[in-house]
Amino acid sequence: MADVITADGPATHEAAIPLRQRAASLAGLTDIPATESCGQEVLFPRLSEYLETVTALRDAGFEMCVDLCAVDYLRHHGRPLPTGVEPERFEIVVNLLAITDVRRVRIRVQVPEGDCVVPTIFDLYPGTENMEREAFDLFGISFDHHPDLTRILMPEDWEGHPLRKDYSVGRIPVQFKEAPGPR
Amino acid sequence: MSDDRRATVPPTNPSDPFGQIGEELVAETDEGPQELQDRGDTSAAKLAIEEGSFLRLPEGLVLDPGDIDVEFGEDETMIINMGPQHPSTHGVLRIMLELEGETVLRSKPVVGYLHTGMEKTAEQLTYVQGATNVTRMDYLAPLHNELVWSLAVEALIGTEVPQRATWIRMLMTELNRMSSHVMWMATNGMDLASTSMMIYGFREREMILSFFEKTTGLRMNHDYIRPGGVAADLPDGWEDDVMSIVDTIPSRMDDYDEMLTGQPIFKLRTEGVGIIGPDLAIAMAATGPILRASGVPWDLRRSMPYLAYDEVDFDVIVGTVGDTYDRYAVRLNEIRESCKIVRQCVERMPLGDYRVQDKKVTPPPRARIDESMEALIHHFKIFTRGFEVPEGEVYTAVESPRGELGCYLVSDGANKPYRMHFRAPSFVNLQTLPPLLRGGLIADAIAIISSVDPVMGEVDR
Repeated sequence: MADVITADGPATHEAAIPLRQRAASLAGLTDIPATESCGQEVLFPRLSEYLETVTALRDAGFEMCVDLCAVDYLRHHGRPLPTGVEPERFEIVVNLLAITDVRRVRIRVQVPEGDCVVPTIFDLYPGTENMEREAFDLFGISFDHHPDLTRILMPEDWEGHPLRKDYSVGRIPVQFKEAPGPR
Repeated sequence: MSDDRRATVPPTNPSDPFGQIGEELVAETDEGPQELQDRGDTSAAKLAIEEGSFLRLPEGLVLDPGDIDVEFGEDETMIINMGPQHPSTHGVLRIMLELEGETVLRSKPVVGYLHTGMEKTAEQLTYVQGATNVTRMDYLAPLHNELVWSLAVEALIGTEVPQRATWIRMLMTELNRMSSHVMWMATNGMDLASTSMMIYGFREREMILSFFEKTTGLRMNHDYIRPGGVAADLPDGWEDDVMSIVDTIPSRMDDYDEMLTGQPIFKLRTEGVGIIGPDLAIAMAATGPILRASGVPWDLRRSMPYLAYDEVDFDVIVGTVGDTYDRYAVRLNEIRESCKIVRQCVERMPLGDYRVQDKKVTPPPRARIDESMEALIHHFKIFTRGFEVPEGEVYTAVESPRGELGCYLVSDGANKPYRMHFRAPSFVNLQTLPPLLRGGLIADAIAIISSVDPVMGEVDR
């Protein structure tokens, strides 16, 4: 039944791999701006390059899309970005994982406020279905060609997208008996 | 569907003769398209998901994962609701099933009933208060939540925690893994009608929770692992307490073996039920026991070691078939491996400080406050304003009992996170339900949902 891999098995550490030999050069994506954040490789493709970047990385051995989330940079517009990357209000952050090669890479895509439409990567990584729905639900970013883009955490008829920075906290009164008012 | 339901809500409230309140209530809770729709109202892509066909070929062809071909008459199917108040759904999980007789044709998990906006809340809390918030997500493995949060904050500050803190963290999270798995064995036994397993599981968990209570002051939601170390040193005599736990649990595991592992009814209920292969598990981003049961030896403790897992000796348990029985076997044996790690933690626990002595990150020792004005100021500052974290972003991940628990943290240099996102393993693992359930019976569905081990606090956050 349950097999056992002994303690002598391969134990590779991510930090042991120098940055330039990492994902970007493996996948032939050397022209995409990249940085290192706390020892983790981050790629900054343009929105138009997003899909091909993810495809190239998947073909280079990143088998799993571990995480996909969005960030609203409304109040932190001047964040540090590599040269050549124009800051936009939203960012889609995708964390990919290569199980065989034991490494991670992160992709940050700038998404403009006026047109928050991002191509879905469901066809490449079906496991992103829930994650993209969550990003849509909480940030209002649409994923083009996602098969079932409905709200997932909030009720269907909820107004607004709660994790946006201009969605204030405490606008729905909480009905504690003796609460004097909003905090 | 919603129109029908609206029509059937009678105006029962005497102060509301026209039934407007009732109608509003229905309108507020109505989820419309989130639900499983009739086949006629469902797009082909959506239908494929609900039937569990996720793997796709580059040409756009759809591969049916299990090649399960279920014959059914179009007009004989019905859609039923399971949950959110169903005892076998481990909380408020709602699963809509399309059935033909007792066979599941399509299914769709509907979540969000426990959503409390914890990621939004985290943006209002300082880094010191953050651990109190995140510990409430996965309430069966609270220490893992605190750990991944603390690792993320420490990565941004660039703090190195003392050796003793690292080993205490490892000891506590491994004990937590044991208590979480034992709790899973209990509820899984309950779902498969083994009520004694329920009692036994809670008995074992109680031992571990008592130790947690002694160490952290609380049985759950500890806020024990904090950025910079842990909240308090281990209590006097902790070695005896921990050793009595790891001496007792393996013999209890042998009892479980006798009661469940070789038991014919249990095997009939679980063997060959809900099979997921390695390809599909990886494509669905399933992690933890689900992935390992399908034969992929992926355990973050081994593959990308954090804390001091590269210094301890333990085995990664891997299944072969990927059915419910394998997932059971993986968890059962992981408890034994955790026992091994805990033993090594007791033997090798280094002496020293249990938190980093950085006045900006951790409060000064209590005794110092009485004698030093400066210490009092630091104490006050930390608990009112917290500490500032340099600008940056980081993703940290640990192996929680349910899989990869990740924390994506963005800081803008203030004392509160700009954005905190938790990669909740249960939330992602829930997606494996449609392929697992398809073609099985309702009774199997209970066993399968249980074997995925969703914790709804973490799913909905």
